[in-house]
Amino acid sequence: MAGQHQKNEPPKELFVSHERKENTTEMITKPSRSFFQDARRTFFKNKMAVVSIILMIIIILMSIIGPYFNEYGMDGQDLSRAKMPPRVPVAENIPFLGMDGTLQDEFKGSTVEEATENAVMRYDNAEDFVDIEVLSEGDGSTDSAEVSATYNIYEAKEMTDDYFWLGTDQLGRDQWTRIWLGTRVSLIIAFVAAAIDLLIGVAYGGISGYYGGRVDDVLQRIIEILSGIPNLVVIFLLLIVLQPGIMSIVLALTITGWTGMARIVRGEVLKQKNEEYVLAARTLGQTNGKIIRKHLMPNIAGIIIINTMFTIPSAIFFEAFLSFIGLGIVPPEASLGALIDAGFKVFRLYPYLVFYPAVLISIIMIAFNLIGDGLRDAFDPRMHK
Amino acid sequence: MSKLLEVKDLRVSFKTYSGEVQAVRGIDFDLKKGETLAIVGESGSGKSVTTKAITKLLPEPQGYIKTGEILFEGQDITKYSNKQMQKLRGRDISTVFQDPMTSLNPTMKVGKQIAEGLIKHRKMSKAQAREKTIELLELVGIPQAEKRLNQFPHQFSGGMRQRAVVAIALACNPKILIADEPTTALDVTIQAQILELMKDIQREMDSAIIFITHDLGVVANVADRVAVMYAGKIVEVGTADDIFYNPKHPYTWGLLGSMPTLDSDEEELFAIPGSPPDMLNPPEGDAFAPRNRFALEIDTQMEPPMFQVSDTHYAATWLLHEYAPKIEPPESVQRRMQGFASMDDGKDGEA
Amino acid sequence: MLRYILRRIFYMIITLFIIATVTFFLMKLLPGSPLSAENKLSESQREVVLEKYGLNDPIPVQYVNYMTGLVRGDLGISFHFDNTPVTDILINRMPPSMVLGGQALIFGTIAGILFGLIAAIYHNGWLDYTSTVIAVLGTSIPSFVFAGLLQWYLANEWGLFPVALWGTYAHTVLPTIALAIFPMATAARFTRTEMLEVLGSDYITTARAKGVTESGIIFKHGLRNSLIPLVTVMGPMAVSLMTGTLVIEKIFAVPGIGEQFVSSIEVLDYPTIMGTTLLFSVLFIVILLVIDILYGLIDPRIRLTGGGR
Repeated sequence: MAGQHQKNEPPKELFVSHERKENTTEMITKPSRSFFQDARRTFFKNKMAVVSIILMIIIILMSIIGPYFNEYGMDGQDLSRAKMPPRVPVAENIPFLGMDGTLQDEFKGSTVEEATENAVMRYDNAEDFVDIEVLSEGDGSTDSAEVSATYNIYEAKEMTDDYFWLGTDQLGRDQWTRIWLGTRVSLIIAFVAAAIDLLIGVAYGGISGYYGGRVDDVLQRIIEILSGIPNLVVIFLLLIVLQPGIMSIVLALTITGWTGMARIVRGEVLKQKNEEYVLAARTLGQTNGKIIRKHLMPNIAGIIIINTMFTIPSAIFFEAFLSFIGLGIVPPEASLGALIDAGFKVFRLYPYLVFYPAVLISIIMIAFNLIGDGLRDAFDPRMHK
Repeated sequence: MSKLLEVKDLRVSFKTYSGEVQAVRGIDFDLKKGETLAIVGESGSGKSVTTKAITKLLPEPQGYIKTGEILFEGQDITKYSNKQMQKLRGRDISTVFQDPMTSLNPTMKVGKQIAEGLIKHRKMSKAQAREKTIELLELVGIPQAEKRLNQFPHQFSGGMRQRAVVAIALACNPKILIADEPTTALDVTIQAQILELMKDIQREMDSAIIFITHDLGVVANVADRVAVMYAGKIVEVGTADDIFYNPKHPYTWGLLGSMPTLDSDEEELFAIPGSPPDMLNPPEGDAFAPRNRFALEIDTQMEPPMFQVSDTHYAATWLLHEYAPKIEPPESVQRRMQGFASMDDGKDGEA
Repeated sequence: MLRYILRRIFYMIITLFIIATVTFFLMKLLPGSPLSAENKLSESQREVVLEKYGLNDPIPVQYVNYMTGLVRGDLGISFHFDNTPVTDILINRMPPSMVLGGQALIFGTIAGILFGLIAAIYHNGWLDYTSTVIAVLGTSIPSFVFAGLLQWYLANEWGLFPVALWGTYAHTVLPTIALAIFPMATAARFTRTEMLEVLGSDYITTARAKGVTESGIIFKHGLRNSLIPLVTVMGPMAVSLMTGTLVIEKIFAVPGIGEQFVSSIEVLDYPTIMGTTLLFSVLFIVILLVIDILYGLIDPRIRLTGGGR
């Protein structure tokens, strides 16, 4: 115990009763913020999520205006300019970017001559425009010689004034235009599907959870039956039966997709409506509508937003997946999945056809997942610092 | 009596995004063999943090011991490595936590959770540990111990779970048992049972107990000595008699005054206004001054030192200074002090 | 518990019955028959073919025939592969898909749990960030993009594994990895979150207060509690494996169910499409049931109450 240690004697005149001016103990020292303000603050502190948002804004903008950056249309087929590699002004002078409008590959033969011949044959017999670099001289045995051939296709086709930024496909359609149109289709499908899931799911789950009792029983039985059927099977069957197109895919995705949202909303409503603050509001004579709008909605909004944010990438993935196995968007319409599917068929020869749409869909998926993660953290009160 | 545990100028802080939260701001106390020390205070006063610091179970990486020594049998355990602490925990110092609903592992059989410490610290075989576990379960008053052994926590009621938690803590006859609000989450009737249980066990095992609570009623029942904490400091410490019959600190008056009693229908409760200070920026002077109706001018400027009231009784308030005006505790608190005295007489008569 | 399982199996059969019925009538709505590819046949030859497939009967009769066939495991005869029963096609195509799916599930889950554990133990360290990045990439990037990358680099450029097709064990490696990435990333994320949650819980503090060592905390107390919830995402994981097999088998030209299904769609081989659909449904429903039972077995809190969702 410290005992009575008084190093510096306290001044005697201070030993008088303290006059309190105002009660400061109840003052709130922290600035007061609403839950959503806190959530917003937490979200914008998350760098990855903010970067993702910016990326998505750019991608959405490009899907709107990108196709009009050049004069080539989505359907501008022209076999004379088929399979042109990417060529971008300025970037064409930087060799490793692969945007200089040349095709390049290694060729083998028993001698250098044979390998060269193979290369030239492969490249439209346009001997004058194929640059050969010998990699290995060879000893006459099969495939011992190897050359690296660079084919300057733009010069060969006398199209040195043309720039196909991301190249052209097998039918000579401009890949840049098709990629952004495809992104547009993919995003529309995703947003519409997510919006429909949201509407049906929230209404269904909300009614089921809020009214409870027999209504809830009936609605829950319906959901149980629906979710017993694998959604993959439903989607397949619908797409086989319906005409392929945006609306069929949206319908296929949403016909069972909303059950997830309905379940989450129901669970959350059930939980929240038994909370004491709702009981308090009810005791004070609030109407049902007001309780739903003023009390329940704000408290389940977070989980709804988060769930929607995760529906979008999964819809994008499903569209791509369906188009990839030939059940989704079919050419000449484009979607990211359809472009990847088309690119895959020739990807050993023209890797750029699959590369750019694959990168783009990956970026979109990552961005949406990161935004979703950011939102989940933002709506978690434990993360509010 | 020898000192089992000695805490010297302990300061514990938490790093947060807004800055350093000073949860414990320099406290000294000791604990003798076999005694029960109650640490009393509002939530946020730093009482739980103090015990977490003693067992070095502060939430990492935010919480840390800033300065101070914690001497267990003369050894400063603040310098102990994690390995050394693991040997100490459960064997020499063990803890009973507040909420029995969450402090048991839901997927491990209760018996195994009790035996774990025995196997680790006392190198028992599984069969030996089982025997001892049954013994412990019986000791803490769980019937059909052999059957209960193989059950999971969710098959236990709240009171039973807390008994199991006590059994875990007692498994290795610890020298110090820290009880961190062990009855707060329980029904009143169960509370009394658990308190009785702890008192019985202490008599049997001769452990020292540090009893954390915000409920003075519980303290009156179990404690030999009481330390009152406010805003990370001990503001008054003394024997239970000192604190209940002769409290000196206005905060202690407030605590006593806020206890409802059966015969208090004619008087209003002596409530403490306001709420505890923000430990991010502890106030200058006496932290309690803004809520203290007996505050002096000096309280706003200088922190009061510990004044000695008697051999066992100390309090940190300027009211004890020779210059201070003579202030008596409020009427209602005085009546209560007398009430405790008479209650105690009655109990003594019974014994 | 047994009654619960029996009730679930009963519902399963009803669901399958509904699926089979709906599938049957949807297929009847569609254009195309075994004849569309062979329209040069004479009138009498057409008759023979239609008779062979039972397409001359009125639709209700066809339906009853189909459903009774189903009970006996007869899924009809493929339009595309002459005279081959769909059941045989599916049985032939099962092994590669099973090998891929099984390997991917086991490898993916184990690797995912390990990644997640490491991330949780070294919370906020570089190992945590690395494993989080891997998990985000793994859950975001579509499996066919991964498959493409693997095929291009590991097979085409560096020649470490066969580019495609089926045969030796080496053929299974790339498709397995491509399939395993999603379950791995999911398991990693989930394990990490759960483990962190568990490590912050009261009973872990109790265990620490008992003097349990760090490894004991993680493996004896933490792991089981954080893995139990993982079982709940096994369902979606298994479904993702099924969608995965479709694209992965197509990319790597693996002669499995998925590849069969995709090509059946291209040639409008309805009996095979129907059969595969039913097979997927059965797998899906059985997996959900197994997961429910598994959950009841490993979580003591559910065991006594007899399960239920």
